[in-house]
Amino acid sequence: MDFSVLRNLISRYCVGEEYWVDSRTVYIGHKEPPPGAEAYILQRYPDNRIVSSKYTLWNFIPKNLFEQFRRIANFYFLLIFLVQLIIDTPTSPVTSGLPLFFVITVTAIKQGYEDWLRHKADCSINECPVDVIQQGAVVRTESHKLRVGDIVMVREDDTFPCDLILLSSSRDDGTCYVTTASLDGESSHKTYYAVPDTMAFVTEQEVDSLHATIECEQPQPDLYKECLCIYICLLFFRPLGAENLLLRGATLKNTEHIYGVAIYTGMDTKMALNYQSKSQKRSAVEKSMNAFLIVYLCMLIGKALINTVLKYSWQWSSDHDEPWYNQRTEIDRERHVIRAFTDFLAFMVLFNYIIPVSMYVTVEMQKFLGSYFIAWDTDMYDEDLGQGAQVNTSDLNEELGQVEYVFTDKTGTLTENCMEFIECCVDGHIYIPHAICNGQILSADHEDLFFRALCLCHTVQVKEEETVDGIKMGLHQGKPTSFYISSSPDEVALVEGMKRLGYTYLRLKDSHMEILNKDDEIERFELLHVLNFDSVRRRMSVIVRSSAGENLLFCKGADSSILPRVVSGKVEQVRARVEQNAVEGLRTLCVAYRSLSPADYEEACHRLSAAKLALQDRDQRLMQAYDFIERDFTLLGATAVEDRLQEKAADTIESLHKAGMKVWVLTGDKMETAVATCYASKLFRRSTQILELTKKRTEEQSLHEVLFDLSRTPCVCVCVFMSRLSVDCQDYGLIIDGATLSAVLKPGPESSGSGNYREIFLEICRNCSAVLCCRMAPLQKAQIVKLIKASKEHPITLAIGDGANDVSMILEAHVGIGIMGKEGRQAARNSDYAIPKFKHLKKMLLVHGHFYYIRIAELVQYFFYKNVCFIFPQFLYQFYCGFSQQPLYDTAYLTLYNISFTSLPILIYSLIEKHVSVETLKRDPSLYRSEDVAKNSLLCWPVFLYWTCLGLFDACIFFFGAYFLFDNTTFTSNGQMFGNWTFGTLIFTVLVFTVTLKLALDTHLWTWINHFVIWGSLLFYVIFSLLWGGIIWPFLNYQRMYYVFMQMLSSGPAWLGIILLITLSLLPDVVKKVLCRTMCPTATERQATASENGSDVFQSSCTHVRCIWASDISLEEVRGLNVPLGQLDLVYIIIPDGHAVAVILSLPQ
Amino acid sequence: MMASSYNAKEEDGHVAVPVGGTIKNKKPDNTAFKQQRLPAWQPILTAGTVLPAFFVIGLIFIPIGIGLYVTSNNIREFEIDYTGTDIDDPCFNCSQSFSWNNTRPCTCALDFSLDHPFESNVFMYYGLSNFYQNHRRYVKSRDDSQLNGDINSLKNPSKECEPYARNEKAPIAPCGAIANSMFNDTLDLYYVHPNGTRIQIPLSKKDIAWWTDKHVKFRNPGNNPNLTAAFQGTSKPINWRRPVYELDTDEENNGFINEDFIVWMRTAALPTFRKLYRIIQKKNNMTPTLPRGNYTLEVSYNYPVRSFEGRKRVILSTISWMGGKNPFLGIAYITVGSVCFFLGVVLLIIHHKYGSRNNSADIPN
Repeated sequence: MDFSVLRNLISRYCVGEEYWVDSRTVYIGHKEPPPGAEAYILQRYPDNRIVSSKYTLWNFIPKNLFEQFRRIANFYFLLIFLVQLIIDTPTSPVTSGLPLFFVITVTAIKQGYEDWLRHKADCSINECPVDVIQQGAVVRTESHKLRVGDIVMVREDDTFPCDLILLSSSRDDGTCYVTTASLDGESSHKTYYAVPDTMAFVTEQEVDSLHATIECEQPQPDLYKECLCIYICLLFFRPLGAENLLLRGATLKNTEHIYGVAIYTGMDTKMALNYQSKSQKRSAVEKSMNAFLIVYLCMLIGKALINTVLKYSWQWSSDHDEPWYNQRTEIDRERHVIRAFTDFLAFMVLFNYIIPVSMYVTVEMQKFLGSYFIAWDTDMYDEDLGQGAQVNTSDLNEELGQVEYVFTDKTGTLTENCMEFIECCVDGHIYIPHAICNGQILSADHEDLFFRALCLCHTVQVKEEETVDGIKMGLHQGKPTSFYISSSPDEVALVEGMKRLGYTYLRLKDSHMEILNKDDEIERFELLHVLNFDSVRRRMSVIVRSSAGENLLFCKGADSSILPRVVSGKVEQVRARVEQNAVEGLRTLCVAYRSLSPADYEEACHRLSAAKLALQDRDQRLMQAYDFIERDFTLLGATAVEDRLQEKAADTIESLHKAGMKVWVLTGDKMETAVATCYASKLFRRSTQILELTKKRTEEQSLHEVLFDLSRTPCVCVCVFMSRLSVDCQDYGLIIDGATLSAVLKPGPESSGSGNYREIFLEICRNCSAVLCCRMAPLQKAQIVKLIKASKEHPITLAIGDGANDVSMILEAHVGIGIMGKEGRQAARNSDYAIPKFKHLKKMLLVHGHFYYIRIAELVQYFFYKNVCFIFPQFLYQFYCGFSQQPLYDTAYLTLYNISFTSLPILIYSLIEKHVSVETLKRDPSLYRSEDVAKNSLLCWPVFLYWTCLGLFDACIFFFGAYFLFDNTTFTSNGQMFGNWTFGTLIFTVLVFTVTLKLALDTHLWTWINHFVIWGSLLFYVIFSLLWGGIIWPFLNYQRMYYVFMQMLSSGPAWLGIILLITLSLLPDVVKKVLCRTMCPTATERQATASENGSDVFQSSCTHVRCIWASDISLEEVRGLNVPLGQLDLVYIIIPDGHAVAVILSLPQ
Repeated sequence: MMASSYNAKEEDGHVAVPVGGTIKNKKPDNTAFKQQRLPAWQPILTAGTVLPAFFVIGLIFIPIGIGLYVTSNNIREFEIDYTGTDIDDPCFNCSQSFSWNNTRPCTCALDFSLDHPFESNVFMYYGLSNFYQNHRRYVKSRDDSQLNGDINSLKNPSKECEPYARNEKAPIAPCGAIANSMFNDTLDLYYVHPNGTRIQIPLSKKDIAWWTDKHVKFRNPGNNPNLTAAFQGTSKPINWRRPVYELDTDEENNGFINEDFIVWMRTAALPTFRKLYRIIQKKNNMTPTLPRGNYTLEVSYNYPVRSFEGRKRVILSTISWMGGKNPFLGIAYITVGSVCFFLGVVLLIIHHKYGSRNNSADIPN
């Protein structure tokens, strides 16, 4: 075989049959092979510089501006600004240019600063020292100078500077331990192997003397895809796998130093190729905000069009167009054609404040600052972890208040993922570590073997220091400084448990495992082979040779994967025990062994090494080998490990249920364990009727029938329920497993049929308050989330998990929450929010989500309202000024209205408003689903319409009020007259006061900040106006506001008019509020009133109310069951005064 | 600007950490602000809270309204239209034979009688209708710095004044459409004594403009007491009969600080407006300012309004502390007060019906 064959082989593994650029040939230590062996092709690789920054000093301004103006809103404002610059418009370009410039500058500074930080980070990475072997000596150089082919030495606890092929290690066996925490979040130690041929090169000189090349494929981003490399030394070649490739970003552990050759550098490394930002998630609020914006844009265009048309019909006669006192200039007169268009644009400019720049800024600021309050919350701080909640995306704060479906992982999320060995069972005898005396250690044959099996069959390492990452478990007796480390917490728990039963695993030394047995004797076993765990086999094995020379194979794994391979042993007893333990929610493992005769051992060795050296289908051949070796077991016993529920997990789930959320548990665990956890966490209650949709059932019936069976069940119940009102509301839980799920989701042969399955399945799910999906693959978790997301109600979904296997669903769901758990940080890093414990979800959703939803809803609606109030009088004024685009307000007022007069109160409101107390929200989770917040109801069209109408009403009050005050009469006590600017200032004063006081009326929580900001901005308006009109401003070419405000204030009727108009425009909203509150208060208001009264009477009757609600139907529950309201004939109406009154209503049929 | 800020940031070496990072390994401060537990007042708008407010508003507004209404009704106001659209109107001829070049003003006289005496100071207004002083092109057609006495602007009027900025080559002072179209009818008022003699009523032209306008905002150019010299090299507005420095013989009321001119320069808010023309001061307490009887208004008719279907009026009005006659404010106050009162009653009923609760609005937190 020569090189060309290898080439073909490589190119087959790569993208396809197409011409592939070719693999890279890396000459170790830059020693080119002798000419003739291979045509030497100079290949150029990037150096080891990492560039994560977006800008350079030169392209910052153009590139950043381009990026910013790609946002549609910014572009719109830029357009308005340009129109103002080009054509003759009523307002000066400053009015829109200034805010835009401000926004753009602030954003640019922020982005520039972030990029500068990135530059700095890049710099420190690129300049960090690296040891390179050159001419047989260690040379220290900077990381970015590293080139492909360099031999690099990495010391313990250093990160790899680029992707390396491990040549040799300081450890004798040529292995090294690595943690990839910063790559994929797994903090456990992984073992990597040196290339066997170079394992022996331990000194710099030896390594440097190496003459070899490595052929490898071009870089690929997939972190887990096996990278195919081939080590070539002269004409000998050896395939290399992922176990030889050390990735940049990973850290060397427990190994003094290693030598490796750089094969991918700089931007070619897997880490750099994987560096990509997450897709942006947008909240439902943002979507409705955009819808409202479109309405306002239409309104804006409509207004401009109406005015343009009216203008031209009005000035049809030349008396109106050009009376003698008001002639056009000659140039203007000549522009007939474009005049209509510029008039339209001028109206657009005049009314453009209806969509203000400041709204975007305020919303962004609210979200950004609001996320700090989430991060600052000490209720979500965990003492053990030393961390509070973490906010990765601030865009979704309000979405937390809208969640309808919660998808949660089980292990590590609902449970602690902190394993504790509970018991083991050997041939039906049960051993419990705490009650060892009770065990009476029988001298059964299998007992010793069982304990030894557990001591030997694992990949646990002993770390004799305190500072280790990953799973640490202190050895309590004897050597307190030793820890067991393993990638699987179960293994640690088992070895720990064994220790407590008297068998201590000491260390792995020279391929010998040492065990301290009960009699304090050290037993040594030679470790021959480790058959690693994988999730398909669900078991692992070791082959050891005892000191007596006997070859033994120990295997432990899930009962389903062990029991079929057992040929002898007390299978029935063990199986019964395993099942019992599983029902109790314990994680069970079966342990078996097989004694290998020398012949068997030879066979096994042969098969294993053949498979390991295979060039093609290595995994598959390894599987076959494992399958061949792991058979004919003798069952030893079983273990049970408890994964405790997280504290308050049950309480949290219960609250989520009460809050109307449907909780789905998606787990890879087996059904029995998962069901037990579900019961323990109160996901399923005793009264819950469980519907099963599992493989077991579908084997008996066809999937079709099962689905139809299940979909019928809830309906039947509803009928019963309708006829007898006193029946408890039955809730349903569904259990489905991965296999069935994929059958349901799989597009069937007939396209119609599969669609049906999907629909029926969704229908069933809709009727179930809790769903358990077990035996889920990570991708299936995301599939489920996607399925629910796409269902016709488009519910808001939330996914919560802690492990790498939850990342896909976290990314898929509307809101992804990561638990900072033991399975690394990957989930937390990919999530939108990370919390230390599952219980913090309660406060996150019920309190923060609820508040932020209320806040942002008010913010959005209020912004539209105040701008309608602001602009509509200008529109009305056009009817009285000959449609000449005369602005009603002075330029300063136009500019500052949204920026300073009315901006801070709403921002502060949207940060600290609480309409009910935190305690109330926590106590009564049903407020979360109450009709005033659920389903984005504060931003639905009727509410939007109400606010807009209120704005229009107020605007009419302002304008016509001022109009009638001014109309053909004197307004002062000295007979002097006011002009148009006083008219506008009067309206503007009323406007600012009304709009601010309206917010004051909406504020439920008045802290000193609210007082300061609300009264402060009113005071600021007055002071500004006094100042603005008090001086002849030298830089202005007009002095139209000079003394206007003062003159207005010196007139008595103006004061009276202002007070009257403010009162009048606030009146309808106050009346509406009071009436709504009294006649049909929302659930939240009821609670607020209740907590306000705080009387025992109400409290007691409140429980009474609740019990009525619980025993009978509530509207929500009925709705939840998809029953048309018309069928009800009895509804309980609960009146907020604390007395529950049953009212018989005959609703229309 | 952006780049420099960017650089400035670069130098201060201050490391910001993204939102998540700030809290890493650090317990958040347990302060009332960060935990959103600031002491607060929590008012709730309920029927109980709002009820008294409504009654109070009603009780305050209704008396104010009644007061305003009565005051407004006590104001004497007389209005006479002298446009001369009808052939019977005394000013019909003048309005027909209008030409800007008329050197001799056309005069006409209108007789009217007052049924009630005007007791206090009487304010004489002229009113124009359908005159769009608030048209955008018109409103901006002025040069405030020229009017403020800036020499530079006097010679080079702002381009906002176009097409009334220059006459031939000479700059117009005061420039702009507003100044150009200044109201120039002269109005004289005579009391026709029962014995037939006509007594001219003295009209004061002081204090008809805002004090600040006359003394600060409007200034004659260049501190030169000789206005003719000060306005040297400028042209009069096209429609004016006399240059600006001949508006009045009184030094203190000439040029840009002529009060009639200042009054005109304050553009009106609505197309129908009135402007203060003269004040008739009350002489003594014994006789009314304008006793009951017949009067003659002599108009020198210079200002054309028929081309745009405008109307010209003269209004005689007394003034109270709340301004001229305007029943709107009083009626509005009475209405709003009554509505509040009515709503108060309705709420009371609702409140009563839906159970009365403790209506304390605030609980200390």
